[in-house]
Amino acid sequence: MVDILRIASRNLWRYSRRTLLTTLLVSLGILAVLLFKGVAGSFKTLMVGQITDSMLGHLQVHRKGYVASIDNLPLNLNLRPPQVERIEAALKSLPAVEAWSARVKFGAMFSNFTETTNIRLVGVEPADEFRTVPLLPGRVSNGSSAGRLLAPGQLLVPELLARGMKVKVGDTVVLVATNKDGSVNGQTFLVAGILASATGPGGRDGYVHIRDARTLLRMAEPEVSEVAIRLRALGEVRPVQRALEATLGGQVNPQGQPAFEVHPWEALTPFATIVRMIDLLTLFMQVMLVAIVLISIMNVMVMAVFERVREIGTIAAIGTKPGRILGLFVAEGLLLGVLGTAVGTAISLGAIWGLNLLKLTYKFGQADNLVLAPTLAAGDVLFIGALAILAAVLASLQPALKASRMDPIQALHHV
Amino acid sequence: MSLVRAETLGKVYNTVGVPVPAIRDVSFAIEPGAFVAFVGPSGSGKTTLLNMIGTLDPPTSGKLWVVDTDVSTLGRRHAAEFRGRHLGFVFQDFNLIPVLTAAENIEYPLLMVQRRPAAERRERVHKMLEAVGIVELADKRPDQLSGGQKQRVAVARALVTNPQLVLADEPTANLDSATAHRVIELMRAMKDQFGTTFIFSTHDPRVMAEAEVTFRLTDGSLDQGPPAGSTRHG
Ligand SMILES: Nc1ncnc2c1ncn2[C@@H]1O[C@H](COP(=O)(O)OP(=O)(O)OP(=O)(O)O)[C@@H](O)[C@H]1O
Ligand SMILES: [Mg+2]
Repeated sequence: MVDILRIASRNLWRYSRRTLLTTLLVSLGILAVLLFKGVAGSFKTLMVGQITDSMLGHLQVHRKGYVASIDNLPLNLNLRPPQVERIEAALKSLPAVEAWSARVKFGAMFSNFTETTNIRLVGVEPADEFRTVPLLPGRVSNGSSAGRLLAPGQLLVPELLARGMKVKVGDTVVLVATNKDGSVNGQTFLVAGILASATGPGGRDGYVHIRDARTLLRMAEPEVSEVAIRLRALGEVRPVQRALEATLGGQVNPQGQPAFEVHPWEALTPFATIVRMIDLLTLFMQVMLVAIVLISIMNVMVMAVFERVREIGTIAAIGTKPGRILGLFVAEGLLLGVLGTAVGTAISLGAIWGLNLLKLTYKFGQADNLVLAPTLAAGDVLFIGALAILAAVLASLQPALKASRMDPIQALHHV
Repeated sequence: MSLVRAETLGKVYNTVGVPVPAIRDVSFAIEPGAFVAFVGPSGSGKTTLLNMIGTLDPPTSGKLWVVDTDVSTLGRRHAAEFRGRHLGFVFQDFNLIPVLTAAENIEYPLLMVQRRPAAERRERVHKMLEAVGIVELADKRPDQLSGGQKQRVAVARALVTNPQLVLADEPTANLDSATAHRVIELMRAMKDQFGTTFIFSTHDPRVMAEAEVTFRLTDGSLDQGPPAGSTRHG
């Protein structure tokens, strides 16, 4: 094997200019894929982070049917305390769960005593909520420095609404809500902070304390509209979703249908499509890489076989078995692939390092000054390298087979 | 037993649709240690016959035994294995591998065909370099060698695996007559030193004269009766 590689490397050296060109082509393919993966991956991570960490969380549990009518904030589809207990019991048993927040979501009338408008509100236990969506505190601008962000009797007003209704921190406003039985209730609130908009559903909701929400809605028992869940790692979304579905799936309502529904963040925001687009583009780049490697290596290997027909005839005549001749040419393709991959990976790592030094920033929705910090996972680098090398071997297989099947006499007489 | 034995051996080419008989019913035998020349005009069938003995081209009729093996029915893979084990080849155009040095060219069959261990390869290559008298050229590439030097490397490559039989189709056709003479001398010396049987073809009368046994081919048939000065075995 070592000997085959040694002879193969000499042959590559014999046509050094061609070898260099092919290596360069493969390297460029590797560079394109790895750079794209690094940059798009960083963008994707930041974007997903913005979405999950400012309002959605990684997973949400609702009563069955809630998400289908989520835009109406249906109060009759809230979870009842025993159901909430079951969900919390399930969450406690899952080590991948970092935090969760039980929310009451509702619509209300917002009045500044001269004007009235509609507002969507989320009632939360502030400590739970801020642990579940850690970017939320950063969206709040209030006059005083951050102390307790949301005490009972206080309200966080979305910035567009605050501007339109001309309210500022310290103002008193009235919220009037209709509960599920149709009875109306009102309460005054102190504007404790203005909330910057976030991109995606729920990004323009106001926040109150969950106790106020329940009082306003005159709830007989502490109901919950949704439980938002934060996981320790994004990669845990699928397994935790499956685990929750398994434990909660057995719970049925009196009609014999499942009582709960579990949704990953992707199912709750249209921005998941962008993430899927990025993944699709990455896949497309990988297909392009394979195509580049296949075409360039097959091209040189076909030439190599053609130029060396008499040499192939000679070694076949003196008894080299077809399998070894095959190995000789596949080894050349393999070496070309390894060389190109090594050079391409080295350049890519250098480029990624350089990009990190530049600290480029970009904007996603309302969040700007997000620093582009491209990174490459070792697994990705290995995968792309393996892909290119595999393509190189595949590309040399056909010419190598042709060489190994040559008739020695005809090959020896080739001019 | 004879090293090579042919019985009513025939070869008909059918490449362009018309059958071309290249060898017609030849029978002969070659004994171990012989130094044999096949001679005859162009197109008489010398190359065809050597290719059949070398298991590169299967006969279309008759029987052919080489080194106790019926080679008329060997498959591609088995033929390659047979050549690698029992035969050596010297070509008209030397056919050295251009990326390898002289020593590496000689080593090639040990490495790629017979897969011998490194120590044995080194020893045998050195022995062959000495035997053909090119120790000082060991590290030269083929393009740095003269024709005669290249053919010496080729002879060493053919002999390095200790084959019973070396086949050389017009080994001197690309050499000037002085060099041709020296290469034939070398082959005969190798025959004496290693006991290897040599079969070569030529239409150079001066080279012919060096053979101990000569077969004359005309139009694919062996001429009856040995020419003067040579013995006919079988
Ligand atoms: N592959 C082939 N297809 C068809 N005919 C062939 C083939 N090879 C050889 N022949 C024919 O067989 C006959 C013998 O050819 P061969 O090459 O054996 O002669 P030769 O004695 O080696 O000639 P030369 O001295 O020119 O090398 C010729 O008539 C030749 O045209
Ligand atoms: Mg010939």
